[in-house]
Amino acid sequence: MADGVITLTIDGAPVSVPPGTLVIEAAKQAGVLVPHYCYHPGLPVAGVCRMCLVEIEKAPKLQIACATTVTEGMVVKTQTAPAKDARQGVLELLLINHPLDCPICDQAGECELQDFVFQEGQASTRYAEFAKRFNPVEEFGPDVLYVPNRCILCTRCVRFMEDVAREPVLNVSERGDRAFIGIHPEARLDHPWAGNVVDLCPVGSLLSKDFLHKARAWELDKTASICTGCSQGCNISLDTRDEVVVRVRPRPNLDVNRYFICDHGRMHYRWMNRGDRIEAPLIRRDGELQAVDWDEALDRVVGILRGASGKAVALVSPGASSEALAAAKRLLSGFTWTGAFQVVMGEEAPLAGVPNLALRAERAPNAKGAEQLGYTRDYAPALAAAKTAAVVLVLDDPDCAVETDGALIYLGTVLGDDAPCREAEVVLPIANVAEEEGTFVNRDGREQRYSQAKPAPGMAQPAAWVLGQLAQAMAPPAEVS
Amino acid sequence: MGFPHKSHPKETVVLSQYFGDADARTYKGWTKRGGYEALAQALKTDPVAVTDIVKESGLRGRGGAGFPTGLKWSFMPKEKKRPHYLCVNADESEPGTFKDREIMRWTPHALLEGTAIAAHAIRAEVAYIYIRGEFTEPWTIMERALGDANAAGVFGDITIHLHRGAGAYICGEETALMNSIEGKRGNPRIKPPFPAASGLFGLPTTINNVETLAAVPHIMKRGAAWYKGLSLSNPKSTGTKLFSVCGHVQRPGNYEVTMGFPLKDLLYDMCGGPPAGRTLKACIPGGSSVPILTREETEACLLDYEGVVEKGSMLGSGGVIVFDDSADMVYQIMRLARFYAHESCAQCTQCREGTAWTTKILERILAGQGKTKDLDLLLDLSENMTGKTICVLSDSCAAPVVSGIKKFKGEFEAYLAGKRQPVIAHG
Repeated sequence: MADGVITLTIDGAPVSVPPGTLVIEAAKQAGVLVPHYCYHPGLPVAGVCRMCLVEIEKAPKLQIACATTVTEGMVVKTQTAPAKDARQGVLELLLINHPLDCPICDQAGECELQDFVFQEGQASTRYAEFAKRFNPVEEFGPDVLYVPNRCILCTRCVRFMEDVAREPVLNVSERGDRAFIGIHPEARLDHPWAGNVVDLCPVGSLLSKDFLHKARAWELDKTASICTGCSQGCNISLDTRDEVVVRVRPRPNLDVNRYFICDHGRMHYRWMNRGDRIEAPLIRRDGELQAVDWDEALDRVVGILRGASGKAVALVSPGASSEALAAAKRLLSGFTWTGAFQVVMGEEAPLAGVPNLALRAERAPNAKGAEQLGYTRDYAPALAAAKTAAVVLVLDDPDCAVETDGALIYLGTVLGDDAPCREAEVVLPIANVAEEEGTFVNRDGREQRYSQAKPAPGMAQPAAWVLGQLAQAMAPPAEVS
Repeated sequence: MGFPHKSHPKETVVLSQYFGDADARTYKGWTKRGGYEALAQALKTDPVAVTDIVKESGLRGRGGAGFPTGLKWSFMPKEKKRPHYLCVNADESEPGTFKDREIMRWTPHALLEGTAIAAHAIRAEVAYIYIRGEFTEPWTIMERALGDANAAGVFGDITIHLHRGAGAYICGEETALMNSIEGKRGNPRIKPPFPAASGLFGLPTTINNVETLAAVPHIMKRGAAWYKGLSLSNPKSTGTKLFSVCGHVQRPGNYEVTMGFPLKDLLYDMCGGPPAGRTLKACIPGGSSVPILTREETEACLLDYEGVVEKGSMLGSGGVIVFDDSADMVYQIMRLARFYAHESCAQCTQCREGTAWTTKILERILAGQGKTKDLDLLLDLSENMTGKTICVLSDSCAAPVVSGIKKFKGEFEAYLAGKRQPVIAHG
């Protein structure tokens, strides 16, 4: 046996893993998904659903893959008759009290009970005419509903609240087949990270009120993205239906957010669907902003920049991509340049059971990226400097209280009626985070890419593209000799 | 002795010698009878030597599993780096079992003495005696006895705590008991880790049954060879054992016999056999969790770990439940299943759902609404409930069902065929 490596066989496939690895994880590496409910890599092992029973050579009886650690030369078989029978037995028992209300259940289509029953369950039940257990739906917290009839008592939610959130407000109440998930009578499931219990629930027992009946799972497109709620940089999936963002879910990243996101981030998506967007480039003509095509708008900006000299100020959003921020800096490289950003601050909300994971006080995804590119947090001096600058570029900061005697160029998604940027010479419509791809740098300096989840409205384009076009027009690349 | 009856000549009275003797309950009365001499001797002896004596005696766990006690003690870490704990399982809740209750009622100091000796042997400074919640009288007696013994300072550096259960059968499962002491829900834990590695509060722990520990002072005093000599059959089953006999016998009670004693003699000679005019039909020899024996098996059964296994059941806790020919086995088995369904901790799927479903099917059969396929269904369900869960509660529900259907199929079929008056069994 090689140092620090254990080699075993799973369904005939050899696999080498570090000592201490659980059979269920080793199986994943061998390309074998052992069906399971209570096991979750982000939670302590419970070993209660008994779904992951597998045959291990030399063991006197079936073992649960989630609580058995690998040993050298172990031979694991997941597809033998006893293992399959045991799993089929668990599925039959889980279904005797589970309502067949999949047609109205939010979980349908991404339900592990549905999936595994479809994969290896029986077509009919022997429970026949006995009544199913009934308990009424309960509201656990601001966004979480509990549907006890669908609950399979896997206790993932209980363990999350107890061991990860460290606010043990959920428990298993009662015994035997009367058991259900209970909540402390004086508590609500309102921990800042409580929404994770909805993702963790393998069935449709814990539901998000926000997502209730919004979409069927199979109607959703999922796009890998990065949360913009704070500087932690949690990896997320933006779930869209018909090009509308309808849900945000965590995407596992063991180095950043493990399997979780906070509720602030989870709910931080509605603005991505705003209807009051700037849909065309606008230029000031006869004192009014008028819609024009991109060529004309870009020409106007190039004209302004070529005709100006001296001081330029860029007031940018720390939610802009690093690509856009770099392009903005490049665009203004001929000027004496000041770039600044301001960050909205909030309360920090750590997830106690995971080191270095919190909803950060800094509620912006790319402050670090902006800083790395030379933008400063000294916003007030920059704002003051804007007054006398020749050119002021505002990037996606609609509430920026800018005043300038020079030329104001605004790149943004929205433009309120009273926004100071209404005074701009040129307004360029840009895509929001869901509509472009780009890079954020999180507070720990980790660069993370996000992808485009839906098209930008009208003529809006990613800020990096817009600024890149302008920079190129200002300084054409030297000919290759 | 056959408490509450007079001692029978065929009994070997060791643990039950002072049952019914209120004076033995007091600290003074106990020391007058030689109490705490064994402890004083043990405290002066090296823990390993104490363990060796118990190993040599052949004493095995009296809670049900029959694991060799000295061997269990020797599993504790050799090098003591962290605190060690001793847990005493006094959560006697197994239907048909009531021996530990009498030990605590009449000889509380025997338990305390055995506890302290065991704590010394495993080098634990703290012992918890986890007493069943419903045991009000034993609790009061144990509290007084502990207070008196503490006042006399007999335990040296060992601290003994009494911990009262809250009425869950499952808390008699060793790891559930530890969770319960820790203030958690009494759910059995996954093993491994075993208690000797990570038990109470995550520290090395040994857990023993009341009867096991009550025997320890006698072994210390009279020697391993004496205890080992108390065997009528298999040398692996030594000493005496209390049997709680209940059900259809004329003199139910606790009887103490040496290992290997014939079950037939226990039931007929000591307990007087079934009531007049009735005949023996069946017997559950080791508490409700073990397979049922037929009359033939019962009458040929020797009461030791191996003898009962040979007849297809287990010695278990020594709770002997007797059924005569008036017993409705279908009803009795339903009552057992209902008990397990009520007491399932709800962790494992097979147990949570299986025990309840089993009960429903049995109720349906009793109500005259059974289906032909029900017996096969029960057997299949029981198979699914055996050997697949964290603890053995699920297996315990399946055992009487499987053995009941196998051995008393005719009674089930009579219900299924409508030949028996339906019974509506209200829960």
